[in-house]
Amino acid sequence: MAAILSIHELRKTYEGGFQALKGVSLDIEEGEILALLGPNGAGKTTLISTICGITNGTSGSVSVGGFDNVTHFRRARALIGLVPQEITLEPFTGVLDTVTFSRGLFGKPANPALVEEILRKLSLWEKRDSRIMDLSGGMKRRVLIAKALAHEPRILFLDEPTAGVDVELRKDMWEIVQELKADGVTIILTTHYIEEAEAIADRVGVIANGELLLVEEKDQLMARMGQKQLEVQLSAPVSAIPESLAQHSLQLVNDGKALLYSYDTRAERTGITTLLNDVAQAGLVLADVQTRESSLEDIFVGLVSGEKLRTESVSGDAA
Amino acid sequence: MNWTAVATIYRAEMARFWRTFLQSFISPVLSTSLYFVVFGSAIGSRIQEVDGVEYGAFIVPGLVMLSVITQSISNASFGIFFPKFIGNIYEILSAPINFLEVVAGFVGAAATKSLFIGTVILCTASLFVDLAVQHPLAMVAFLVLTCLSFSLMGFIIGIWARNFEQLQLVPLLVVTPLVFLGGSFYSISMLPPFWQTITHFNPVVYLVSGFRWAFFGQADVPVLLSLCAIGGFTLACMGVIWWIFKTGWRIRA
Ligand SMILES: Nc1ncnc2c1ncn2[C@@H]1O[C@H](COP(=O)(O)OP(=O)(O)OP(=O)(O)O)[C@@H](O)[C@H]1O
Ligand SMILES: [Mg+2]
Repeated sequence: MAAILSIHELRKTYEGGFQALKGVSLDIEEGEILALLGPNGAGKTTLISTICGITNGTSGSVSVGGFDNVTHFRRARALIGLVPQEITLEPFTGVLDTVTFSRGLFGKPANPALVEEILRKLSLWEKRDSRIMDLSGGMKRRVLIAKALAHEPRILFLDEPTAGVDVELRKDMWEIVQELKADGVTIILTTHYIEEAEAIADRVGVIANGELLLVEEKDQLMARMGQKQLEVQLSAPVSAIPESLAQHSLQLVNDGKALLYSYDTRAERTGITTLLNDVAQAGLVLADVQTRESSLEDIFVGLVSGEKLRTESVSGDAA
Repeated sequence: MNWTAVATIYRAEMARFWRTFLQSFISPVLSTSLYFVVFGSAIGSRIQEVDGVEYGAFIVPGLVMLSVITQSISNASFGIFFPKFIGNIYEILSAPINFLEVVAGFVGAAATKSLFIGTVILCTASLFVDLAVQHPLAMVAFLVLTCLSFSLMGFIIGIWARNFEQLQLVPLLVVTPLVFLGGSFYSISMLPPFWQTITHFNPVVYLVSGFRWAFFGQADVPVLLSLCAIGGFTLACMGVIWWIFKTGWRIRA
């Protein structure tokens, strides 16, 4: 498929001299869902703002549907809908009014039927005459989405759409995203939740310190993220791994006081039960077991410092 | 031009005005009436005619200008500062519209509001004094141009201001003195020669003078000069706004 959004060597230095984007290049294909992950201050919002025209890039180029976002900004921006990270709505306007406003601002003729459809889909139709200030936080977030959809964008940016949103609304949001994808809308979303990327994204990009560290098919990344380790602590140290446990590909750590077993949480069988049985059969006495998993944080840290995966102790019980 | 977008911004801005209609309407009526009670009747009755015009009538053009200028600036500066402050300016910035369309919507609405208020004040004034307008077309032209140019200036202030204090600063420190010293309540010829010279550097003098000419056929400075001054001021403001959007100063940096 053709790239609908093409970012080339994009750099952004803010007024104070802070460099928030350090040469980001990325192609996004039509119809895909890309999740951008990255720690606070990574530059996710800056990247989105620069693409949408809210801030000027310092150098580099962005092409949207084949149109440069500076020289052909009208054609480029007409394709884009944006749901900002912060709730930025005029408190005194009505829901229906503000959504209708968004459509008009993009130069589209009024279409009450479409606006109604969008509001119904987002469960906001009942609230159409309410003032923004009288809505709950989750409703306001949905108003932001309705506004972004009002001009029928081909590309939708969702900047942390589920931050501070309850589980139910989050699931709703995922459903809406899938429906939009089914309609052929390209979606770029940022999030801090790995489950979210896992649930809806086709590809995942990791950004830190203004640099895009990786863009990978979700499945490949998940396979890497899904690695877990089980540490079997022994009551008495051993000098070598017993023959009978050779098939488990274990590592001897901690001066022979523990066995380390790596497995894939996504696999049908983790092999833990057999392992523990075999350990007992081999006559080893367990002092404790512990699991460790690689978290998203580890991947960030690992990527940033140029290291491979590092592990961190997370939970206790394994069996 | 994306006229749908212009109309959308204009309508949204006017909606804010109608929401606070009573305030928008009552406060200029009240303050004008007070000016007339104090300056027109109480003090005015002891002042001789100025340039052959009764003092109560003489101050009307200046009074209208005073209100129209301050209203234009505060409406337009608030109109663009508010979305900047709340953050919903993101929508304006990411929409497929250029700076002319943004300005047409925001400044058009601000100018309409102050034009409305100027008209209300004129009507209120005509309740207190006999007003004969000698050059009605010129009067309308001066009024509209003043609303437009000072709304443009207000727009610039709204983009420049980083907080509410700064938003008040320019009107308070610059505009109010200029307007009060701009011959609203006196004829320039009443000043000592030295101050007359100084006064000619005050742009408001040209506006008030031209506007007053439209009413009474007398002016402190040539009418053509007045028109040039206000035209030049409008162009200068447009130039600054064009530069702001070109460079992204204080909005896209
Ligand atoms: N207007 C600004 N002026 C100066 N620096 C800014 C500005 N906006 C953002 N920054 C800086 O740029 C960096 C990236 O910010 P950005 O908002 O893009 O991060 P983010 O990845 O969206 O983070 P988060 O996950 O917290 O939303 C931060 O260090 C931030 O302080
Ligand atoms: Mg952000």
